[in-house]
Amino acid sequence: METINPNAAMLSNYEIPSFPLQVLALLQELKSQQKKNRTARNSPLATIIYEATRYLQDSPCKLQTADHVHTFLTALKEFKLTKAEKLMLLNNPPSTPLEIQVMVEESEERFTEEEVETLLQTIQNILPATQKEEEEDMEN
Amino acid sequence: MFVLAEMKHVIRTPPWKFNVKLTDAIAEELNKKLANKVVLNVGLCIALFDIIHMEDSFIFPGDGAAHTKVRFRYVVFRPFLEEVLVGKIRCCSPEGVHVTLGFFDDIIIPPSALQHPSRFDETEQVWVWEYDTGADGEKHDLFMDAGEPIRFRITAESFTETSPSGPEAPDAGTSTDSAKPEHKIPYTLTGGISESGLGLLSWWTS
Repeated sequence: METINPNAAMLSNYEIPSFPLQVLALLQELKSQQKKNRTARNSPLATIIYEATRYLQDSPCKLQTADHVHTFLTALKEFKLTKAEKLMLLNNPPSTPLEIQVMVEESEERFTEEEVETLLQTIQNILPATQKEEEEDMEN
Repeated sequence: MFVLAEMKHVIRTPPWKFNVKLTDAIAEELNKKLANKVVLNVGLCIALFDIIHMEDSFIFPGDGAAHTKVRFRYVVFRPFLEEVLVGKIRCCSPEGVHVTLGFFDDIIIPPSALQHPSRFDETEQVWVWEYDTGADGEKHDLFMDAGEPIRFRITAESFTETSPSGPEAPDAGTSTDSAKPEHKIPYTLTGGISESGLGLLSWWTS
């Protein structure tokens, strides 16, 4: 086997869960196949899909849709963030300025406090997960 | 944390799969071969993303199977350096804090990368952050219990060749031989939480 490009594209977590969803159909197909022939049981694919899906179900991206991601990226254009930073903000939407500081390199020099606030506001307005967390906080 | 890796490989399709569509048969073979495996310097393979290109299939003398050269893209778990991830604490040991993502367990946060000052509690077998409250040098112990969600930054990654090296090690097993005492870990990530904002999620809420 030969690796041509180990890093052809970066995927956000959102893309992964939607991807297993496609694979879920495939998995169910596999399962029905497993009933017919027992070789496919304990397949590594089934294991990894199960474990990865379970991890992602707990993460905030399970509520994200393609529309959210699109509006999110458009809204973030003015902040001049790097791809990696946007990816992290998308995968784990921050709700406090401290989290922004962790994810965005030298955020204190690049952004003023107000800008960080607007960034947080933008994220909370667009992405569903953070809103839900807030609601949970309110309930608690 | 996930990337697409482009690879090419010659896939052998055995004759009893000739009734299946060739793309399906190849996809199945690729998933069987790569899913949940670590490829050296690529990462932990999750599942097939798509097949980019397929060349003509060949049948070699003495083998009824079709051999097809394919170029494909695979979903691979490989966080970039400095990426911030959220995982769960698997366990603590004197070597540091072991973190799991559910599908990937080989993440370690060494003692030097923990919040400062931290100490290892021998009786409880947990790492404790002696948080300085600032008042009269009083310390507040923050325990890092197993199962707690933790946010950490990836600081280093390392790949180890796990395939048998050669005749020097006659009983060197394959990478799947997990029962061996000297079990090599193919892909290890090193994390760090020595910044404010990193560490257990509960430390930083409100």
